[in-house]
This record gives sequence, C-alpha cells and structure tokens, in this order.
Amino acid sequence: MKKNNLKGWLYLLPAIIFLGIFMIYPLIDVLIYSFEEGYNFASQTHNGTGWYNYSYVLHDTYFLQALKNTFILVIITVPLSTGTALLIAMALSSIKKLRELFQTVFFLPYVTNTLAVGLVFMILFKKTAYSDGMVNLLINFFGGESVDFIDGPYWAKMLVLCIYTVWIVMPFKILILTGALASVKDDLYKAAKIDSTPKWRVFTRITLPMISPMIFYLVITGFIGAFKAYSDAVALFGTDLNAAQMNTLVGYIYDMLYGSSGGYPSYASAAALILFCIVLTITCINLMVSKKSVVKGV
Amino acid sequence: MKVVLDKLTKRFPNRNKKIKTEVTAVDNFCFEIPDGTLVGLLGPSGCGKSTTLNLISGLEKPTEGRVFFGDTDVTDMAPEDRGVGLVFQNYALYPHLTVQQNIMFPLQNFRGERKLTKEVMLEKTLEAAKLVQIDGLMERKPNELSGGQQQRVAIARALVKAPKVLLLDEPLSNLDARLRLQTREEIRRIQRETKVTTIFVTHDQEEAMSISDLIVVMKDGRVHQIGKPQEVYDDPANLFVAKFLGTPPINVFKGRVKKHMIYIGDNAILKAEKAEDGDVYVGIRPEGFIPDEKGELEVSLKGLEVMGRDTTIVSDHKDCENVEIRSIVSAETRIDTAAGSIRFKVKPAKTHIFDAESGERIYY
Repeated sequence: MKKNNLKGWLYLLPAIIFLGIFMIYPLIDVLIYSFEEGYNFASQTHNGTGWYNYSYVLHDTYFLQALKNTFILVIITVPLSTGTALLIAMALSSIKKLRELFQTVFFLPYVTNTLAVGLVFMILFKKTAYSDGMVNLLINFFGGESVDFIDGPYWAKMLVLCIYTVWIVMPFKILILTGALASVKDDLYKAAKIDSTPKWRVFTRITLPMISPMIFYLVITGFIGAFKAYSDAVALFGTDLNAAQMNTLVGYIYDMLYGSSGGYPSYASAAALILFCIVLTITCINLMVSKKSVVKGV
Repeated sequence: MKVVLDKLTKRFPNRNKKIKTEVTAVDNFCFEIPDGTLVGLLGPSGCGKSTTLNLISGLEKPTEGRVFFGDTDVTDMAPEDRGVGLVFQNYALYPHLTVQQNIMFPLQNFRGERKLTKEVMLEKTLEAAKLVQIDGLMERKPNELSGGQQQRVAIARALVKAPKVLLLDEPLSNLDARLRLQTREEIRRIQRETKVTTIFVTHDQEEAMSISDLIVVMKDGRVHQIGKPQEVYDDPANLFVAKFLGTPPINVFKGRVKKHMIYIGDNAILKAEKAEDGDVYVGIRPEGFIPDEKGELEVSLKGLEVMGRDTTIVSDHKDCENVEIRSIVSAETRIDTAAGSIRFKVKPAKTHIFDAESGERIYY
C-alpha cells in the first residue's frame, strides 16, 4: 500500500514541480510582498513589515473607485447576462428553421478579438468631430439629447461597460445553456403536456430545475470572470482608467505594477490579496447556495 | 369510457427528403374498444403500435380518420384536453421531485373549477400511491427507487387525475424477467380495481396474452387480427398472427393440398374437405403432436428436452420452415431416443393451413 502511494506521488511529481514553481511559489511571494512595506524589485529590499500596504490600498481613492466599479459591474452583468442567455437559448431551442445560422451569429462575439469589439463599440457610442455615434443618432431620432458615452458622465460610461461585458460573455453562456436544454429528456415535456401543465409551470418546475447545475456553473464562473474584468475597460476607455473613473480591481493592480504611476509591487500584492479574498468569499457563498438548490442526480 | 378508432391513418414524410413517398405508420385502423377493458396492442417493433398510442393520446395528429372517446370526437383536441393518462416506456418521472410531488404534479395543473385544495390533492395522491402500493416511499426521489417502483409511480401519476383512458407504452420492457411477471399482474389488478379503459403497447406476445381482455395484432401499420387472446391463438387469421403468438412458436411446414388431403412431403396428414388443391403452409402448434407409431407424419428425431412437467421433442423435417420442430408432449410419454425417426398424429384443432402466396388462413 505504502509503495503504491510512493509510486502515485512519483507520477504526480512533474505536475507538482511546475505548479510549485509557477503557481504556489508566486502565490506565497505575493502574500509576503503584501506585508513588506515599500518592497523594491531591483534592490530586493523593503522598509519593514506590517499591515501598512493594506491600509494604504484601502484608503486609496483610486482603489475604492475600482472596487465600486467592479462591484457594480459584477452585480449588473452576471444576472443580466445569464438571464438573457437563458432567454436566447430557450428561443434557439424552440425554433427549427435557421437555428444553426442564429447559433453562429450569437457565437460570433466569442471568437472576436476584444479590441476589435472595442472598436465597434467606439463606432456605436463615441462622439467624434463628424458624428455622435450610432446610439446617439438613435437617441436624437427619438427626440433625446446626445450623451457622451465614452468621455461623459459616470453612469453613461458604466452603462457602456456593462453592455459591452454582457455582450462579450453571452455567447459562452448561450452555448452551455443550449446544450443543457437539449439534454432535458423530451419525454418529461410530453408527460407534462399530457398532464396539461401550463407553459410557465413547465419552465419553473421542470426546465429550470433540470438545468440548474449548469446555471450555477455559469453564475459562479460569471462572478469570477467579472471580478477579473480589465481588458474590456481598456478596450473602451483606453489605458488611463483612473483618469476615466473606470478602473477595475485588476486594472488597479496592473497600474500599481506597471502603469505610469506604477512600481509599487507591495501595494499591488495587497490589492491582489483583497481581490482574492472577495472572490473566495463570493464563490463560497455561491457554492453554499447551490448545494441547497441545485438538483442532484439528474 | 369506450374508445373508437375510425379509419385512423398516420403517414410520415420520408426521412430521406429526396424520396417523395410517405411512410405509413398506421393504416386504416378501425376498432371499438369497449368501456373498462384492457387492450394489448401487439406487434413487432416498427409496426405502428406506439404511433397508434400517440394518436390516441393526441401527441400525434392523424393524417386521416377520427378518434372518439365515448361519443366525443377528440381528434382535434390537444393532448392536455383529452384527459388521458400516459405511462412512458422509460417512465419520464421528474427526477428532481419526490414520489409524492411527482404523483401530485398533474393535480396541481387543474385550473378554474377543477382546482383542488391542498388537502384534497394530498388525499388523492395518497389514494393513488396506495393503489400501486408505494405509499411507504413518498419522500424518495425517483433515482432512489427500483425500476419496478418507478413504474408504479409512473402509473400512479397517470391515474391520479382519474383519466378517461389509461395508455401504457411498453410498460414492462425496462424491467427484469421476474419483476415483469409481477408487474403485469399488478397492472391487471390496478385496471380491474379502477375499471379505467386501458390500452397498452407491447412486442411481447406472452405479456399481451396473459393480461389483456382483447389483443390487437399489428404489422407494418396494419391490423391483422383483433380478439380475445385465446381466440386469436386458437384461430389465427393468417400466417403472421399464427407465427407471432405462442412460445415455442408454431411449426410451419411447406405443404400442399391435393384431392382434399393435406400433405407434408409425402405424408398425407389430415383430410381437408373444403380446401382447394394448391401449395400451402401448414402450421402445427407444439401441443398439436401426438406420438403414435401409426401416425401420418414422420420426422427425424434430434433430441429430447425434459422439463419435468412436460417434454419437448426436438425433431427435423426437410419441409419445415423453422430451425427445428418443437413438439410438447406429456412427461409420461416414452420415447425411444435411439430411433432415428418418430411418427406423429396431428390434432386438427391445432393444425392450420395458410395460402402459400398471401399467407391468409384457409379453412378446411
């Protein structure tokens, strides 16, 4: 038995070595940096240890802005994208004609480059010398006043960022949910039909419970993904996110490391650990909720 | 509630779209199912029996013909308005609901005047569960039940709303042999107790024969014979029906009628006063052979299978269509296995002749 154990570990060794060097060691390092005040990469020195980095980060207005932005983004986009994806997936499952065409259309954002998508959004939303952007044209058409979505008020910029995020994460969710819907046995729907079950009840009592494992999977990965948002904001508002009030947590960490005001690995590490704790907490809550409500053994 | 099928026909477009011809799944099905009977739709797979069931339930719309429940024409009614209970082949229980919730599900769908209070629903649920004897398992989920128990839950769910007609699609095919025997008796008992008109589909002739009041033998969408099981067995309308019913199957020989005698090979086995001369198939039931030294039919003996209660004589004849001839005789019969051949007398009631071309029964 013991010999077998040893053999098992031997087989695992290559993977463990790589994980150790590229994941576990850096993780521990980040933890250490976050407690070392004013750590310097070049000289490998620091001024002392303690909670100072955390205190600094938590009092930094840019960090608080990024925290607020990220939370708004998470709270709006995750439910919205999952819900809309479910609606689209249901619609896709219920049509026969042109289904494949629509599936391809809905999947396109997934294979499109983030920055290219950003460009398209510029055309839609950005004010230039020649035009106010497509969306503003529409608003004008219905008698509204132009809004500067890219350099304008905070809510307008947030709106664009949310629409962008929802749009970009949707294809994957649609894909997963169409698969989940297709895996629900047709006999269950037939049985429900024979028993004259109203459509809404079929949805809430049969469809939803049957695909609940997939929905929770999407919510959990959706939360994690939204907390890690960064490139979307860059694609829309450029690299100076702090100035645009549109920074995210990951953006803040990046700026602290490499940005124009960068070079503070200690602050970056502290911010990264705060992000880690937030994601961990939310994921744990999610798992706890899902244990109670997800249907097992389907 | 009696069920009347009037010239019911269902044609499906061909899968291969290049072929314009349609596939006829059910062809001109006329049948009146008396109130409170248990009817078995019997036939090989692909014969249209499940389609017939779906036409009755309303899950499929007939191409032609009408379906009546009592005097009401339900052909254009949606399945949910017909008031049928349907038990699916794989039960189609809702996996996330408990047994109780599964059975109660149809009741919770009642709207308007039929809407029930929670107490009445629970009462009816318990009643249905007791009927199928699963009232001790109410809190279980379907995946915690055995196949037989799941089957019972499915039947209870179909019965709880007091359907006019109960439909069962291959109800026993997912059960093991022992459970199958038990469950078919159970279905019979439940049907007797509820007196609901029940139609079930099966490809197992033994199943259909053992519990049905009436059986309908189908092949290629056409009804070949309808009748009480024993009548259909004793008096098959054609070669297909004769071959399909009975285990071991009927022994079929190539034969002919000449001068009012039925011949197998050179042996004239029976008189046939009314039959015309010509080639025929001769079908003899396994129980239709009597070993007799002066018997008319001589076959080469291959062996004996002793069952205790009776004995199967396995033999061979050059004109036999089956792999071997199996004849069942009583266990007391002494048979000399060393002899190369054996002679039989045949019982006229157990011997049928069929037209060699059409397979239709010839009465002699």
